[in-house]
Amino acid sequence: MSSTPFDRPPGSRPIAIKILIAGGFGAGKTTFVGTASEIRPLRTEGDMTSAGITVDDTTGVESKESTTVAMDFGRITFRRNIVLYLFGTPGQRRFWFMWEGLARGTAAAVVLADTRRLSDCFGAIDFFEQRGTPFVVAINRFDGAPRYGEARIRVALDLEPGVPIVMCDARHRESVVKVLIAVVEHALRLSGGTRSGAEGRTRGAATGRGSTVI
Amino acid sequence: MSERRRRFFDDAAGPVVRPYAVTRGRTREQGPPIDLVAVVIGAAPSTADRRWLETEHLRLLARCRRPITVADLASDLDLPIGVVRVLLGDLIGRGLARVNPPAPSEFACDEAVLRMVLDELHSL
Repeated sequence: MSSTPFDRPPGSRPIAIKILIAGGFGAGKTTFVGTASEIRPLRTEGDMTSAGITVDDTTGVESKESTTVAMDFGRITFRRNIVLYLFGTPGQRRFWFMWEGLARGTAAAVVLADTRRLSDCFGAIDFFEQRGTPFVVAINRFDGAPRYGEARIRVALDLEPGVPIVMCDARHRESVVKVLIAVVEHALRLSGGTRSGAEGRTRGAATGRGSTVI
Repeated sequence: MSERRRRFFDDAAGPVVRPYAVTRGRTREQGPPIDLVAVVIGAAPSTADRRWLETEHLRLLARCRRPITVADLASDLDLPIGVVRVLLGDLIGRGLARVNPPAPSEFACDEAVLRMVLDELHSL
């Protein structure tokens, strides 16, 4: 056991805040994080679940123990040593085991959605609803994608009235910053009250709710 | 960016690897889970410490002489997060590093911090 004293740290402690960027595969998470911040390489890893093995092509792999997953990771450094960290959650279903660890300590989340594949973000919405994490849905307006009004999107996603829906273009910084402002404002609104917990429902499950509206 | 680093940087999984070689197979850190944005502060290792410290421990210690988050450490050192957590667990156990957990659940609701972030976002 070392008795070496800690040196006085030469820098002050950063105040870190974490926002998750979730959504289906191809919804624009990487673009969003890259537009908002300086994107940096970050790897995480996990044991492959049995579900993952059926999806991943393991041909030629003798022993499958662990896989490394590249994550979208960005940071925006503000004054007063405040740092906003953005983490893109892996979109594919086989990496969902990572979400729980990522979501720990998260201030808020953005669920990015593509109107051509709205059902892809059901899983993310369910996840944050059940955890009570404040989130907004950001419709990433892809060129050529259908434009629906907020009301239709809310019905299609079976979203509660309090959950903000914002339109964005993940390629434009101003637009992405607006989404971040919306989600922090939403988190602030909810921080005054008690966060709602699990609702015990699954979007687009047996009833097919929300899966055919748009 | 190095070739090694780029190899992993895609939207899906990187190649199948054994990232825990440097942790001698350990996949869980000692103690409670360390948050991604927890802030790490390292101490200067003594000569005695250097006898048991592995190269990766030393690299990590050198990087956290200034307060730094776990995510930044992993990114800077090009090590998977889980590996960094295990190495940190070793260092914390030996009194060579401290983690100031931003106490995730309560920190996440810290209104003062959220307000500061909001002000900064508005000024971008």
